[in-house]
Amino acid sequence: MLTYTLRRLMFAVPTLFFIAAAIFFLLELAPGDPMANVPLTVPSEVREQMRQALGLGEPAHIRFVLWLKQFFWIEPLNLVDHWFGTTFAEGELRIISWQNRSPVFLTIAERIPQTLWVVGTSYLVAILIAIPIGIYSAYRQYSLFDQAGTFITMIGFSVPPFFSGVFVILIFSVYLGWFPTIYDTRLVVNDWDSFMQQVRQMILPVMVLALQITSQLSRFMRASVLDNLNQDYVRTARAKGLVERRVILVHVLRNSLLPVVTVIALYVPAIFSGAIITEQIFKVNGIGQLLITALQANDWPMVQTLSFIFAVLIVVSNLVADLLYGILDPRIRYD
Amino acid sequence: MTDPVVSSGNDPQTVTASHQMGPEAVAVPAARSQWRDVWDQFRTHKGALIGAFVFLGICLFVAIGPWFWPLDPTETNMRARNEGMSWAHPMGTDRLGRDTFARVMAGGRISMAVGLVAMLLSLFLGTLIGVLAGYFKRLDGPLMRLTDMFLALPILPLLLVLVVLFREPLSAAFGIETGIFVLMVTAIGITSWMQTARIVRGDVLALKEREFILAARSIGTPPRRIITRHMLPNVLSPIMVSATLGIATAIITESTLSFLGLGFPPDFPTWGRLLFDAVSFLQSYPMRAVWPGLMISLVVLSINYVGDGLRDALDPRIRGR
Repeated sequence: MLTYTLRRLMFAVPTLFFIAAAIFFLLELAPGDPMANVPLTVPSEVREQMRQALGLGEPAHIRFVLWLKQFFWIEPLNLVDHWFGTTFAEGELRIISWQNRSPVFLTIAERIPQTLWVVGTSYLVAILIAIPIGIYSAYRQYSLFDQAGTFITMIGFSVPPFFSGVFVILIFSVYLGWFPTIYDTRLVVNDWDSFMQQVRQMILPVMVLALQITSQLSRFMRASVLDNLNQDYVRTARAKGLVERRVILVHVLRNSLLPVVTVIALYVPAIFSGAIITEQIFKVNGIGQLLITALQANDWPMVQTLSFIFAVLIVVSNLVADLLYGILDPRIRYD
Repeated sequence: MTDPVVSSGNDPQTVTASHQMGPEAVAVPAARSQWRDVWDQFRTHKGALIGAFVFLGICLFVAIGPWFWPLDPTETNMRARNEGMSWAHPMGTDRLGRDTFARVMAGGRISMAVGLVAMLLSLFLGTLIGVLAGYFKRLDGPLMRLTDMFLALPILPLLLVLVVLFREPLSAAFGIETGIFVLMVTAIGITSWMQTARIVRGDVLALKEREFILAARSIGTPPRRIITRHMLPNVLSPIMVSATLGIATAIITESTLSFLGLGFPPDFPTWGRLLFDAVSFLQSYPMRAVWPGLMISLVVLSINYVGDGLRDALDPRIRGR
């Protein structure tokens, strides 16, 4: 298991390297000069100094290595400084955004809690809804509940999030007026009222994100329970006189959760890219919206860093899914 | 598993072949083509059948609809701005008085075309890489590492970057509409071939061990012909399933990009773009957002059902039942 983990990690390094290089050199092709909106009255030597200050003086491949160093060494050092009050990273050039001339990671650190709240809540909600639905539709296969469930899950992953988002705004905000359309990120939760307001503004984005994930997960859960229901151990459990609830909720559930747990890990990146769209609809100022605004403002360091964070997320969740499967299922051995 | 020829003998078209075979010939069922079997199985899946009809209906609607509809999608009419549903404008008009019905049809043409062409490109790439990796052992390692790398790419951010970067140069080179079309199709195609490649590689690896491939090789068939004559027809079913689902993914991706304001320019309506434009007026004219969204969802839903049905119909283990 340990050797397998190490091997996977070893393979993750070149993968991430190539992805970083691909994004970096793609962005090299971009037009867009960070000095474009500096007034022409600024003398050219000052302009050159400003370019140097943004780390733009060097040729592309050197800047790429510099970016790698900044991402993997200087930024973690800054985090250490921030936590322990040390000064390891003092004087080192951080990754600077072209938009607001401040370190990229400061902006990301500001934005990431909003994204994590919405994404985390919707994932939790999706799991809590999907697993019981999956179990029940498999247990009563071809029943009315199962048929309806299949149809709804089909709709759930066919309707793209940008339409389901617009649709729930229409119903719950425009017609019913229950929830606000716009997510107010300046809201400070300090008493019951503001807590309720927070809950009300989170319901719609969470609903949209959870709908897709729920439909995918419940399909998996249903298939997995169906596989297990025909197994011999289920018959044995019934034959020895266990109550049906115990057979299903203890014996079958535990075994059929195995593949679903890995799917849950695998879907983490998907829900984050779903968040890019929902944040745009509900005006949540999380990292997805940050990416879109950075793209529109030609802020390439920000785009590069955010895309790379998404890539890391994908690689890590794939790794976690594979390892979890090996840990949970003793029949799987990777060596 | 019974012999497929015998097992399909319950159909009414059993004919005798005695006039060709001489006196000792017995009644054998007419040879049924494989596609006939597939269709029969497909027909039993109600959702898939309805999905196929809806999908074809929408295709016809966007393909020949504009010929019968007198209003032009880009023609503005300041006297008829922001109108509701009426016989003259079944889906109303927008803030410039353009007819939404005509725009939905025109948008559908672009969206469907992007979906189809992007799917073909991704299918071509996926099949090519899958077959090469499965058939030639030397290429397997590098190509599969490449596939893994592409699978780890953050697709949506990357697509957004591609569109932002190449929109201007390609529009300048091919003209606005063709340029963006080429860009969309290429960007979607090269970021969505990986699943097909993996499936095809797996199937080719399994096929390679079969006797008929050994036989073909032993009579000196060159690899090119083994692939085209023996491999490809046998991996057709997974390719067809991923083709159907590929259209849906491509349409969703194109609409997502347009919805984020990074797709076709406003003069060339696509479903995603229409939805994006309508969102600003959601409070006052909600139906304008519903129509394009409904079209996207209907197309994707019907395609998903067709894909589901095809998967069952093309699987011989299920088809026998």
